[in-house]
Amino acid sequence: MARIAGAITTSHVPAIGRAIADGVQEDPYWRPFFEGFPPAREWLAAKRPDVVVVVYNDHGLNFFLDKMPTFAVGAADEYRSADEGWGIPVAPPLPGDAALSWHLIESLVAEEFDLTTCQEMLVDHAVTVPMALLWPGTGPCPVRIVPVCVNTVQFPLPSASRCYKLGEAIGRAIESYEEDLNVVVLGTGGLSHQLDGKRAGFINKEFDLRFMDSLIEDPEWATQYSSRELVALTGTQGVELLMWLVARATLPGPARKVWSRYHIPISNTASGLMVMERAA
Amino acid sequence: MTAVEHEAVQHESEIAGTTIFDGRQARRGYALNKMCYSFNEAANREAFLRDEDAYCARYGLDAEQREAIRHRDVLELIAAGGNAYYLAKFAGIFGLDMQDIGAQQTGMTKEQFQDKLAQAGR
Repeated sequence: MARIAGAITTSHVPAIGRAIADGVQEDPYWRPFFEGFPPAREWLAAKRPDVVVVVYNDHGLNFFLDKMPTFAVGAADEYRSADEGWGIPVAPPLPGDAALSWHLIESLVAEEFDLTTCQEMLVDHAVTVPMALLWPGTGPCPVRIVPVCVNTVQFPLPSASRCYKLGEAIGRAIESYEEDLNVVVLGTGGLSHQLDGKRAGFINKEFDLRFMDSLIEDPEWATQYSSRELVALTGTQGVELLMWLVARATLPGPARKVWSRYHIPISNTASGLMVMERAA
Repeated sequence: MTAVEHEAVQHESEIAGTTIFDGRQARRGYALNKMCYSFNEAANREAFLRDEDAYCARYGLDAEQREAIRHRDVLELIAAGGNAYYLAKFAGIFGLDMQDIGAQQTGMTKEQFQDKLAQAGR
């Protein structure tokens, strides 16, 4: 049977992709961010996942407002990226696991999550940047991915409570898969930041730290907030923390913090990183 | 006040300096966002730079959206229905990063805006 080894949650700013491309990881601006990742990579090396379920939000590469799914699951053997408009080098394709994707789809729809399924799906920096941080270098990617996209572009967004339930259902789906796979769930986005409006530059360190703690101490804590309340607390793009909630919720029962890191700012964003594993 | 107007007032006053990109904004900004979405492709970015009027006309921008594009003004673009994720692709044409955009919207210099971000971490 498949088993979830743990979850990693991280920010996914495009500027990180540019920093990797430019090789400036050791610059004073970037070092505090990049030096958070070796412990996460060591944990992955010990856990040796076969598949990573990547929970992320698209930023207008694959989905436009003509068709905007609330939850979408990739069901392809390969996921390509593409130019997002900023001239950052396009990341190489990532291998998929279509069989596991369809198992997730069957299981989630049976649990009344009415998904959009995507046999073709371009993945943007929200997938490729965290994958490059966790598996750096130019060699072939050693894990297969199943991308799960959550709408944070257009309100109404799925509520934090609904995202938590989605995560729980993904966890049950993975652990009911009969193939003997080691799975890690990766949630990417946040933490607090706001790109648009006169409130641009808004960051809420106190909330972010409380939220990170809550994933261990009281994982459903953030589900008390509506999406609009989360915008007020974390910024218009800070709501991407919904991906962290989905990822955490895939771990059944209590979780143990393996590693965490929080640093302000990366670009306009409070960057966070957490590695969690099942406590039991 | 109609229900729609009431909703509009509510969502502008709810969080200062913040526009929630909801169905109202998505309808308002559809043409503008569709044009910005097209800037994912380099050929479209070049076509825009070659003939901005023709490119905007092709996407059917209204007068307010056309002016906001002409002014390269992010707050005007948001008021005209623009969404941050798609507008970022428009800004990318001019090599502007998120601190340039943040500075423009908050009336700061880029250095002031970067300092504001750094202060948030202390």
